[in-house]
Amino acid sequence: MSAMLNASGIIKNFPGVQALRDVSIEVRPNEVVGLIGENGAGKSTLMRVLAGSYRPDGGSLTLDGEQLRMRSPRDAARHGIGMVFQEQSLVLNLTVAENIYLGEEDRFTRFGLVNWRAMNAAARRQLAKIGIDIDVTARTSELTFAARQMVELAKALTLEEVVERQLLILLDEPTSVLNAADIEVLFARVRSLKSRASFVFVSHRLDEVLAISDRVYTMKDGAVVAKHRAAEVTAPELHEIMVGRGLQAEYYREARQLAPRDTVMVEAKGLGANGAYHGVDLNIRAGEIVGIAGVVGSGREEVTRTIGGFLQHDAGEMRIAGDMVRFASPEPAVRKGIGYVPRERRLEGLVMFLSIAENISLADLSSVMRHGAIDYGKERRLAADWIKRLRIKAPGPDAACRKLSGGNQQKVVLARWMTAGSRILVLDHPTRGLDVGAKEEVYELVRDLSAQGVAILLISDTLEETIGLSHQVLVMRDGEITARFDASPGKKPNQVDLLRAMV
Amino acid sequence: MTLIPGRIAAVFGGRRWRSLAPLAVLIVLCVLIAIANPNFIELRNLVRLANSAAVPLTLAMGLTFIILMGSIDLSVEGTLSVSAMVVVLLAANDANGNDYGWWAVLAAVVAGTAMGFVSGLIQTMLRIPSFMATLGMWFIGLGLSVYMLGGSAIRLNDASIRDLALHRFLGLPVAVWVAFGAFLLAAIIQYHTKLGRHILAIGGDEDVAKLSGVNVTRVRITAFALAGFFFGVSGVLAAAQLGQSHAVIGDGRLFAAVTAVVVGGTALTGGEGGVVNTLIGVLIVTVLANGMILLGISPYIQQTVQGLMIIAAVALSLDRVRLRIVK
Repeated sequence: MSAMLNASGIIKNFPGVQALRDVSIEVRPNEVVGLIGENGAGKSTLMRVLAGSYRPDGGSLTLDGEQLRMRSPRDAARHGIGMVFQEQSLVLNLTVAENIYLGEEDRFTRFGLVNWRAMNAAARRQLAKIGIDIDVTARTSELTFAARQMVELAKALTLEEVVERQLLILLDEPTSVLNAADIEVLFARVRSLKSRASFVFVSHRLDEVLAISDRVYTMKDGAVVAKHRAAEVTAPELHEIMVGRGLQAEYYREARQLAPRDTVMVEAKGLGANGAYHGVDLNIRAGEIVGIAGVVGSGREEVTRTIGGFLQHDAGEMRIAGDMVRFASPEPAVRKGIGYVPRERRLEGLVMFLSIAENISLADLSSVMRHGAIDYGKERRLAADWIKRLRIKAPGPDAACRKLSGGNQQKVVLARWMTAGSRILVLDHPTRGLDVGAKEEVYELVRDLSAQGVAILLISDTLEETIGLSHQVLVMRDGEITARFDASPGKKPNQVDLLRAMV
Repeated sequence: MTLIPGRIAAVFGGRRWRSLAPLAVLIVLCVLIAIANPNFIELRNLVRLANSAAVPLTLAMGLTFIILMGSIDLSVEGTLSVSAMVVVLLAANDANGNDYGWWAVLAAVVAGTAMGFVSGLIQTMLRIPSFMATLGMWFIGLGLSVYMLGGSAIRLNDASIRDLALHRFLGLPVAVWVAFGAFLLAAIIQYHTKLGRHILAIGGDEDVAKLSGVNVTRVRITAFALAGFFFGVSGVLAAAQLGQSHAVIGDGRLFAAVTAVVVGGTALTGGEGGVVNTLIGVLIVTVLANGMILLGISPYIQQTVQGLMIIAAVALSLDRVRLRIVK
């Protein structure tokens, strides 16, 4: 079968980084192409090139044999290429219909006035076509994430009303905010739409990619390193290619899990906070990693936020390195040597517009002060040192944090707390949104910290990670600790036992 | 097509009680003032009320679009004074021999629109925040008009323009009807045109609007020009009402307009609210001012009350806790 879209030798450079090096892919008619790779492998950049958001620095794009030059997403739309974004791209204060036809109002405009009734009817038809029942006059903010995703898909498909060729729909991690049932619905739609459009599907979850795609491209370091027919490859094989190392072999660095020291760094007795949790007893010793497992609403998030200083406890007592404390804000917690590594790096972890150097020194500026003034040379040397030690991939200490990949941003957060001399770290989903390779680097770092005697409290998305990293696992349910498991190397509890205590 | 009354019903249809709050405040205010001083509901006073709402309403219509977009226009007073200066100097006046009649009005409105257009250009082309761009335009406009007026008050002698304020139609001065026309125009633009929708989309999420193919630059420039248009009309009304133009013709107008928009429930963060809200807001501000005069409250205290009101309105209009950062 001949290609519909052909990208060959695509090159895209950003300051200090070559994001795409000679990438070639093709998409055939009525086909779903999967695109996988670690964070920073270049998947998103490639998608943006295909969607007209980025102009490539080299290479060529052809569509049905014709040379394609796109200067904007609008140009791409004119050629029948639509994108469903990872970060949802709906304007929440507008209605469903208004979103679907945002930018296309001219089709419903006569004498300068927009005919909303006609627009609503068209939107209703469009949603009916993909078999979805959503009120088109509802405000988008009132919809669930899954419904919004469907609206986005409908919006991308409106292109077929104006473009005289088969559509190419780019799905950039559409499943990251969906639950399993919604993912099935989305996949069913994509399969039924294959007769009318081709798709490029990007996801972190390999099993999903294999389930929906006809062919799969694997990217690594800005290049395509493999292509397979989906039927002829398994998830572990793809993983091997993607990361270039085995999955289970020493994944959590268990051999480096040392016995904790004797000093108790965090001690909680009968801790409770306004109904979120109660009667929590907790001990974390220097060099120990304590994981808390529990479902949403179990109270584990609140316990970590209490230790980080974001939530004040109102019952029981807490001692940090022997001193009785009750934090009203994170600032005294930081002064007590507690570093909080949040799940939302973008919102809470880093000041994205500041450089790596400025972010690292943020929690303890005195480390780079001399005679009461900031010593910029010292600040940069400090940052350069961390970049080397933690293998942070960045052009240099002056690079803005917003330009780094997720894993590298996380390393900067950790570097900051180490600079501030934190003896206690609260890791709140430390590997969320990171790819496998970046996760392993974070695990390596966590082991380093633990070996240096840092006490660590961990909550994580997966039980496997909680069990794999921790010395001790606590299980919480309905605001109480329901079980405690020893998790020494070789004596790790199994997931089923934990689950039994969780629900 | 949903007509304006339907849209009004949707705004006040009670999706959230907050959208009803401004209307409730207006009603309570009217009742309280009427109890304290029954003169408040005399026809003569109501006409006076409508008359004093005319200029703020017209101004606030323009400002609503800018605030809906998440921006701010501080050039209200500068643009208004330029427009008033243009109409007075081109129509029959006591300083020069011009007598262009209604062409002067047209020129004044064009001048206002041009000022807004320039603000839009500065903001989008030089990428200067609207706050700074319009702060500059405020003083450019003010300086220009005071210079052209030679620092003194110049009388407007054109009788037909003066009639905007003096002539009555169905018991109300023509200026009030003009302001009402401005409201209808603004409502049509907001609820029934692409421009109105795109302004709302930009206020809601500019990046997404851009990705959807909205020409953000063009919408922004058009919105500022539109605001300038309304400010220009207000300048003409103000000059007609005062029968002259002078250096301080714009004094206090910015505060009144911003208060009206905010009290009406349009969010300073953009994307929420609209010209119907602003109509209520203007009435609240005007009724309160009128009521305080009727009750014999000191003008200085009146100002203080207005200041308190604007802070209270913002405090109530948003779920403050949800705002992560306040700048």
